[in-house]
Amino acid sequence: MVQGVLVIAELLNKGLRKISSEAVCEGRRLASELGEQLSAVVMGNQLGDVAPELGKYGADRVLVADDANLASFQAEAQANIICDLIDKHEPRIVLFGATSQGKELAARVAARKQVGAAMECTGFAIEDGRLVATRPVYGGRVIAKVDIHGTPQIATIRGNVAKLVEDARAGEVMAVEAAIGTLKVELLEEQVEVSSKVELTEADYVVAGGRGVGGENFGVLEELASLLGGAVGASRNAVDAGWRPQSDQVGQTGKVVSPKLYIACGISGAMQHVAGMSTSDTIVAINNDPDALIFKVADYCIVDDLFAVVPAIIKEIGTQKG
Amino acid sequence: MNIVVLMKQVPDTESELAINGDGKSIDQEDVKMVINPYDEYALEEAIRIKEAGGAEKVTVLSVGPDSVPEAIRVAYAMGVDHAVHINDEINDEVYGAVDPFTTAKILVAALKELDCDLLFAGQRAVDGDNYQTPAYVAEMLGWPLISGVVHQQIEGGAIICKQLIEGGTAKVKASLPAVLTAQKGLNEPRYPNFRAIMKAKSTPFDEKEVDDLGIDEDEVGVAGALVKVREFVLPAGRSAGKIIDGATPAAKAAELVRLLKEERQAI
Repeated sequence: MVQGVLVIAELLNKGLRKISSEAVCEGRRLASELGEQLSAVVMGNQLGDVAPELGKYGADRVLVADDANLASFQAEAQANIICDLIDKHEPRIVLFGATSQGKELAARVAARKQVGAAMECTGFAIEDGRLVATRPVYGGRVIAKVDIHGTPQIATIRGNVAKLVEDARAGEVMAVEAAIGTLKVELLEEQVEVSSKVELTEADYVVAGGRGVGGENFGVLEELASLLGGAVGASRNAVDAGWRPQSDQVGQTGKVVSPKLYIACGISGAMQHVAGMSTSDTIVAINNDPDALIFKVADYCIVDDLFAVVPAIIKEIGTQKG
Repeated sequence: MNIVVLMKQVPDTESELAINGDGKSIDQEDVKMVINPYDEYALEEAIRIKEAGGAEKVTVLSVGPDSVPEAIRVAYAMGVDHAVHINDEINDEVYGAVDPFTTAKILVAALKELDCDLLFAGQRAVDGDNYQTPAYVAEMLGWPLISGVVHQQIEGGAIICKQLIEGGTAKVKASLPAVLTAQKGLNEPRYPNFRAIMKAKSTPFDEKEVDDLGIDEDEVGVAGALVKVREFVLPAGRSAGKIIDGATPAAKAAELVRLLKEERQAI
């Protein structure tokens, strides 16, 4: 019988990703509205204390696939396990965080099951027992409301969209078989950096720099990001110039972020950048060009030299924090 | 070795968009259409493989409306050998490829008539931002899928790729034929010059309709889609930003911090 919501949780540096906790919270809300159960799945190796964390955010049941074969992320292997779980548990809705892993898994599972998937969703509603999703398209220039056909309905939720609310449930832990199946793609090696930095797509605060930074000198931006407990981002210009790594790029050919506060420093505000940050709660722009396009999307605009203003902001916050 | 590149034409990123009267599509009349940026990486890589002697032929395959030949000219000018346009307009303003699933169905039917050992696509198209068409295609063909490729090397009947993954990179291997999706960082696409684009105007390409592929029209379009748009709206414009005045940078900074605290509770 088709029943319930299944959330696929993702790990980062051995811990549960914040976006996965958010997906569990959203899954809880949807399951409660349907009057059905919420299950969460976590896959990996030597998972330790991750399962109780999922119960804390509202999972009635936590399915754990803990196996040496899952020590490294392999999309095909995880997709095979998820497809098996779908066959066995027949969820109504399967929800992922809209990370690169989450989107890849969602696409593979949807293709296998020949069902629809909605990516990077910013809102969900239940109508007649079916999920209806809201998602930005055309780089955020248009907002679409979409019906997702097939069962299960598959969706990925953008970071910082759902509120983290604790709603402790039984979180009954069940081990599931890690049947990774036959893989068409073989993993030869991986290089994953275990970083203590806040992940850009999960940060509540993003301090981003563009052409106006003028070089690799992002130190003052790093300092402000660190003071706020956030992350540093960059425009395409800054990345293409080699000042920052590709993994820092915010925009249409980079990452999509949606933090509480986005501080754009020396960024002109081309559409291709705005596409990656337009759903931020509050946007501050600092640019010495009064005609910069970024001021059209910013809530607070400072027309001045970023190298004078940013240190002053650091000092001001530092003084208040005392 | 034959390479096929899946190409999509999308509205230019910097263009302003308007919604049609039906409330669920974009008015493309006055919008500048360009090759999806991720597909440019795919095209460039395929052409480089051929230039290095690793392939005999690069074919570009594109599903879309009457405007697609403009993009095909650019692909020819970049260096592809052959182009196939599947015109998916079924009736006036009624299209076959409306979501990743219907698009994949049409692409797979068209691929049956092409020799293909390696299928390249962009990591996503920046119009629908769906991230799914290559996955449906790979699944329908039963071929391996390697996503987010930033480096590739063909070795005999296999391909070894470096792909971007969360927090780093992975090196993976698959047998050919395979589907690869191109990520930024794979290469720097060439800009074809104007003369090459003009010359490409007279280069013939194959044009087919959905009917020609033996696809039942009810299987594609809105009837066959798995994700159906109920409505499009323009995002609520952000209210005009507040310009923070102050005699000095320090004064502006202090006022900003005050506003972020008091008006927004943002810090």
